[in-house]
Amino acid sequence: MLETLVQGVLLGGLYTLFALGQSLMFGVMRLTNTAQGDFIILGAFAVIAGVSLTGASAPWLVALAVLPVAFGFGYVLQRYVLNGTLGKDPLPSLVVTFGLSIVIQNLLLELFSADPRAIETGGLSTQGIALGDAMSLGVLPLVVLAVALVATGALQWLFAHTALGRSFRAVSDDREIAELMGLSAKKVYALATAIAFVLIAIAGALQGMRTTVSPSDGPLLLLFAFEAVIIGGMGSFWGTLAGAMILGITQQIGFRLDPGWGIWFGHIVFLVVLVLRPQGLFPKTRG
Amino acid sequence: MPPPIVAVERATAASRAALVVAVAIVLIAASLPFWGESSWMREFVEIACYFIFAMMWNLLAGYGGMVSIGQQAFFGFGGYVMLMLGNFAGLNPFVAIPLGALAAGLVAVPVSFVAFRLSGGYFAIGTWVIAEVFRLSFANVSAVGGGSGTTLTALRGIDKATRESTTYWMALACVVAAVALVYLFLRSKRGLALLAIRDNEVAAESQGIPVARMKLAVYVVAAFGAGLAGALYFVGNLRISPDAAFSVNWTAFAIFMVVIGGIGRIEGPLVGALIFWALNKFLSDYGTWYLLGLGLLAILVTLFFKQGLWGFAQQRWGWSLFPTQRKLLRTSPDANTFLRDRP
Repeated sequence: MLETLVQGVLLGGLYTLFALGQSLMFGVMRLTNTAQGDFIILGAFAVIAGVSLTGASAPWLVALAVLPVAFGFGYVLQRYVLNGTLGKDPLPSLVVTFGLSIVIQNLLLELFSADPRAIETGGLSTQGIALGDAMSLGVLPLVVLAVALVATGALQWLFAHTALGRSFRAVSDDREIAELMGLSAKKVYALATAIAFVLIAIAGALQGMRTTVSPSDGPLLLLFAFEAVIIGGMGSFWGTLAGAMILGITQQIGFRLDPGWGIWFGHIVFLVVLVLRPQGLFPKTRG
Repeated sequence: MPPPIVAVERATAASRAALVVAVAIVLIAASLPFWGESSWMREFVEIACYFIFAMMWNLLAGYGGMVSIGQQAFFGFGGYVMLMLGNFAGLNPFVAIPLGALAAGLVAVPVSFVAFRLSGGYFAIGTWVIAEVFRLSFANVSAVGGGSGTTLTALRGIDKATRESTTYWMALACVVAAVALVYLFLRSKRGLALLAIRDNEVAAESQGIPVARMKLAVYVVAAFGAGLAGALYFVGNLRISPDAAFSVNWTAFAIFMVVIGGIGRIEGPLVGALIFWALNKFLSDYGTWYLLGLGLLAILVTLFFKQGLWGFAQQRWGWSLFPTQRKLLRTSPDANTFLRDRP
């Protein structure tokens, strides 16, 4: 039982990283990025391609090099594509991100084939720390959890204590008033998406190291990310972390009971939370 | 001042002509099994399912303002109910098609209770999660073959020619029924209420329109239609599996057709389905590049050509084959000839 809980928390760490970018984009501009999962997979494949192109033995360095690229990509995407789709009608942004999802999946399929691939970590993914006699914790999942905690804390700090975070909150609360105060909402949105894409790239790199990735994996990751955000409540990054932990633990318990029902169990817990507490467990923003 | 005399125009010359042409086309199409090839019938059945599904997605998103990525839940559910009624209850699968659709409409009521907790973009992904729950649930039921699916055995006794032409006629009837259902619904008082809700929910509510009940009604009708498409598709296909029945691609193609053709108009999915059929016929051999192109096209149309092809035609030339609007016309050109004692 204890082991299931611990595994669930470790899985929750990974889901936190999937979800933080989504949470940020929801929080700042109410944008539903249906290509979130596909961008995570794209990040993983970017690292895989980087490793094989440069022949680098240290995937960590390649992953670090991908981060500024992801930042720039996110900025440009929001500034020149997604900003044009924002508005009261949710349809344009949904169709555009959904279209992006199809484009990314098929592009990756064309470039890398449907075979699952992994980022070679030189055996790190199989190393473990023995805890007592019955339990052993993987080193890499612990690293993922640590990164998730640091990223959540950093994002919360950015939101609460910096000028950029203040502008995020301002455009989120009232875009028009924020613009009257001299903020350019379009640039603020672009910066938010840029940061979200850094988180997405981190999530992708770690997902690729922890397990295998294939081009069609994206939608499932999107659903996990979405569930974590909604369970946790809008606008709170610690809430997102809590939501991801709840999702990870319920999936692990479900897998323990019956491997065929693990993911189903996670979905059901999400739907139950939705019915009982539609605003999520720890909501900060409204609407 | 007394109000001017007005007449409400609800039909156009084009719409009256379109009705005549449509009846003629349907009659010619109905005779196809006597002179056409069976491959044409199969092709029609397939595109009919895509079209009905897109039509219902258009009703939900374009008129009801509920953008869902989870309509495949009802598509697959309709298909599975049809199959179970045929295989286990011994019902004729052709009779089971409307029953499957009915079951999808019924199951939409409890589903809406969960789905309606979310709105906007969250509703879209929430419905996708619900569709995944449907897929995983059916994948774990061994009676219908679990994850690998099963075959519709109930049609075994019927010979191929009868089966194909009956399926074809069913498909044709379903297409006509779906168009008629949506058209009459939108022209009714309820349709007017629906348009009001789409344009401004709060204003509609303040005019006494029961917004929540209307949204539920649209959701149920759209689920019924999606279930109809699903049941029909798997009678034509004879084989069902959770991955095929609950694939998000169904909704992806529906979005593509509706966005290309023009959302929020009945002609939209019609035009979209024809374009999709043509692209599919000539380009689907390109596989991944073809799908990539479809995704890109949907993005470009959304960004630069929001009203879609039919919307463009309607704006430019005023074409309207299925007019749902009410146009007020002054009957007398002379503004002085008001009737004095009109209330």
